[in-house]
Amino acid sequence: MEMAEGILLTIVTAATPLLFAALGELIAERSGVLNLGVEGMMAVGAVTGFAAGHVTGLPIVGALAGVIAGAAMGGLFGIVTLVFAANQNASGLALTLFGLGLSGLIGNSYAGMPGLGMAHVHIPFLSGLPVVGSVIFAEDPLVYVAIALTIAVWLFMFRSYSGLILRAVGDNDVSANALGYPVLRVRMLAVMFGGACAGIGGAYLSLVYTPQWTQAMTAGRGWIAIALVVFGTWLPGRIAIGALLFGAVSILQLHAQAIGLGIPSQFLSSLPYLITVIALVIISRNKALLKVHTPACLGRTFVPDS
Amino acid sequence: MHFRLERRPQRSRLMAVLSPVLAIALALVTFFLAFAVMRIDPFRALYLYFIDPLTALWSIEDLLVKAAPIILIAIGLAFCYQANVWNIGAEGQLAVGATCGSIIPVYFPHWQSPIVIVPMLLLGTLGGMAYAAIPAWLKIRFNANETLTTLMLVYVANLMVDYLARTPWRDPAGHNFPNSAPFAGGQILPVIFGDSIRLNVLFVLITIAAVWFLSERTLTGFQLRVFGLSPRAGAFGGFNRDRMIFLTFLISGGLAGVAGICEVAGPIGQFRTVVSPGYGFTAIIVAFLGRLHPLGIMFAGLLLALSYLGGEGAQIALGISDQATQVFQGMLLFYVLAFDTLIFYRLRLVRRHPLELAVPAE
Amino acid sequence: MRRILVAASAAGLLIAASSGAQAEKLKVCWIYPGPHNDGGFSQQHDIGRLDMEKALGAKVETSYVESVQEGPDSERVIERLARGGCNLVFTTSFGFMDPTLKVAGKFPKVDFEHMSGYKTAPNMATYNLRWYQGRYVEGQIAAKVSKSGTAGYIVSFPIPEVVMGIDAFMLGAQSVNPNFNVKIVWVNTWLDPGKEADAAKALIDQGADVLVQHTDSPAAMQIAEERHVHAFGQSGDMLKFGPHAQLASLVDNWGPYYIKEVNAVLDGTWKTHQTWAGMAENDVLVEPLKNMPDDVKKMAEDTIADIKSGKLVVFSGPVYKQDGTEVVKKGEVMSDKDIDSLNYYVKGITEKLPGK
Repeated sequence: MEMAEGILLTIVTAATPLLFAALGELIAERSGVLNLGVEGMMAVGAVTGFAAGHVTGLPIVGALAGVIAGAAMGGLFGIVTLVFAANQNASGLALTLFGLGLSGLIGNSYAGMPGLGMAHVHIPFLSGLPVVGSVIFAEDPLVYVAIALTIAVWLFMFRSYSGLILRAVGDNDVSANALGYPVLRVRMLAVMFGGACAGIGGAYLSLVYTPQWTQAMTAGRGWIAIALVVFGTWLPGRIAIGALLFGAVSILQLHAQAIGLGIPSQFLSSLPYLITVIALVIISRNKALLKVHTPACLGRTFVPDS
Repeated sequence: MHFRLERRPQRSRLMAVLSPVLAIALALVTFFLAFAVMRIDPFRALYLYFIDPLTALWSIEDLLVKAAPIILIAIGLAFCYQANVWNIGAEGQLAVGATCGSIIPVYFPHWQSPIVIVPMLLLGTLGGMAYAAIPAWLKIRFNANETLTTLMLVYVANLMVDYLARTPWRDPAGHNFPNSAPFAGGQILPVIFGDSIRLNVLFVLITIAAVWFLSERTLTGFQLRVFGLSPRAGAFGGFNRDRMIFLTFLISGGLAGVAGICEVAGPIGQFRTVVSPGYGFTAIIVAFLGRLHPLGIMFAGLLLALSYLGGEGAQIALGISDQATQVFQGMLLFYVLAFDTLIFYRLRLVRRHPLELAVPAE
Repeated sequence: MRRILVAASAAGLLIAASSGAQAEKLKVCWIYPGPHNDGGFSQQHDIGRLDMEKALGAKVETSYVESVQEGPDSERVIERLARGGCNLVFTTSFGFMDPTLKVAGKFPKVDFEHMSGYKTAPNMATYNLRWYQGRYVEGQIAAKVSKSGTAGYIVSFPIPEVVMGIDAFMLGAQSVNPNFNVKIVWVNTWLDPGKEADAAKALIDQGADVLVQHTDSPAAMQIAEERHVHAFGQSGDMLKFGPHAQLASLVDNWGPYYIKEVNAVLDGTWKTHQTWAGMAENDVLVEPLKNMPDDVKKMAEDTIADIKSGKLVVFSGPVYKQDGTEVVKKGEVMSDKDIDSLNYYVKGITEKLPGK
């Protein structure tokens, strides 16, 4: 494989778990809920995915298990923040802690085992194209799912009635409620979807990316996913680009080392985070750009009047 | 038929007191059941976690030493959260404070008189404040979401600490291990009681008292609380929003910074690649558990430190994984947050009104 | 799997340590920097612990604390172990050095052994393994097996232990192919499968076809398997992660060492020491030798035998620094002290060592 192809391939697979988690968080945030617990949900997805795959021998079952486990964690978050109207930031942090700890406990018996991996799907003819061939058309199935999900989320948000309701709830919960839309139910579904996506993002790590289970293997990706949603100004297409960018930065800094550029590796490692801060500033600065897409009720607790 | 939250006409004082108690009780019960399910003796486990560490003086000292930095940082964070400023970057502010305070022992290693600890502490506080000023300014000037900026800056700060300890600040006589030369003489935070209780415990006590007083009795404290509850009301009252944001960031940054340098100059005794095992994040939990009140934070901090110590004992005696402690802490926070709602709302069971059934569904 | 200790009661843990009192069983305790089942470094220590337990049976009882952070947390944990009646405590990471020293000072009747440090006390010894011997063998194998003449080295942090491994690997490779190349990537962590996998991919894309790691997860081995190149495992045998990729694994075999030390305490002959054991004591193994031609296997076995017998000394002259200065003359041997604080690359490595 050519070096360029190899690098692009690595970037795409590095971006995939980020993309999954970010798309899920996008839907949650569009409904007005800021869920900081993505890292915890991804971790639980990773361990459940690995365990289910290990027990059944089928990676697809693992992926589904990750989805379900993630949705359950999202549901837990929903109960605390929507039914009990608790503060969303604190609940998100609690979810991270709880999820990381729970995944560590469950994962204890699965440490040190090789995982399953997923066979790459080669799309006939197209995968023979130079450079793009193996990168776009010969990936593992979950990469295709991620791409499809990006498109599906966009279609849902901007071309469907339900998506309109979702955005309405996120932009003005009081009015939406007055119009008769079930605000809490919409948010609960959105948050569970967010969890499901984080779950499959985590399962991708333990089933495909590095097929094994290790404590804290999510390594902060959940937080980057949250940053990605803002970086992509709450639009799925931009989020996908952002995921690729982040993947690129983390991969290229390793290449820079391998080539022998003498830049301190800590500086290179900090680039994704610095870039996020800079991007946040640039986006937030242009308030018009931001106002158009930020869900106006993001993070606000809503309690329907009886 | 379903549950509905109904706003109370006023805060329930009963629930305000009961909420944390109920939450802790429920968390303990859940923990108990979890152990029983895992076929570990639940009584023994709970004893090891929460009672055992209190049964010996040296253990209580360890408890205070562990709780002190967490409580200190949490008090600062409480300011932020009361004002609805979501600073979750205390871990980074701590690291930068530790770095700035360590400048003196690293560059002036021979200045070891007892007085040197004072400029070290000062630099630590200023360092933490300066680092917290960054996300504050970004929020005020550019409206950048502080949850994300503070979090990203944590990673940057930790990487900077790693770089400094490994390269420019590395002890040339240290066999190339990534730490600075050990601090000596007055550079070490003095022990003031027993074996390991240092000056920072005194700081914590003073801070608790000072904050309690300031919050209840000064105008600024009042301003912060009103601003937090309702920014618009605060604006109408003439309280400057930007000033509030800046102030809360500076306070929490400064406290985190001094906690950082106290850790490095105290129990650690040198500048290393990792200056904190996550105190900045634990402090967030403690702030909420303590319901953003200095006394509550003190108890919450002690409880969490207890769970850490107990977790170690449980690992040794029963082989329970250290992950269980994390699960417990997360669970406890969930319960506290959920029960907190009952202070402002009543939980009501609502039956469908018979007339509603007659209306055709949408 | 739980290790339920036979501790009479929880309060018994807090009885002030008077290890002078001859308990029925000798209590031996460990602290690990990572999870006991991390598939790598900490797990190998745990396996050593279990080996010792099996060998000495009724005479000992063991316990461990895992994922201990360096700094004040570790000091507290070590002290708790000492107070809880441990007679011999092994602290298995260099970051535990000062905490171990402090606790050793407070508990003169308890024996401590710190892995990979340099500070000792009458009741505190240090121990370490000459992993670099294994790296030399790996280098030879790599040079023989590699078609591209380039190896990829995935490393955590530029501390002497890691640098000496890289240098020894290079010396071994150069003994077979003087023009051998090595590309080095620092991932700044001991255990992060995602990052290790990324580093492996980057190195392979840059032309390396043999991977070496000084990090703890089998992620790089899996990538090597996926991309059809070779790799060396670390700490434990990683063959199941790379059945066609793994040439051998650099195995930490702590069992014999721990058995030896515990026996010394049992018959009262223990005293402080600074031990640096290696292949000669069977503590460092390069095995199993697979996925290579027979002649390469024979060469590796011969080298191992020579190192064991002392016929081959890894850091023997001539050894040149990157800039060409001769640090060890022909016929001489680098002192242990110099190896222990190694902070430069040998000639032939083109990259710069971070922090210089």
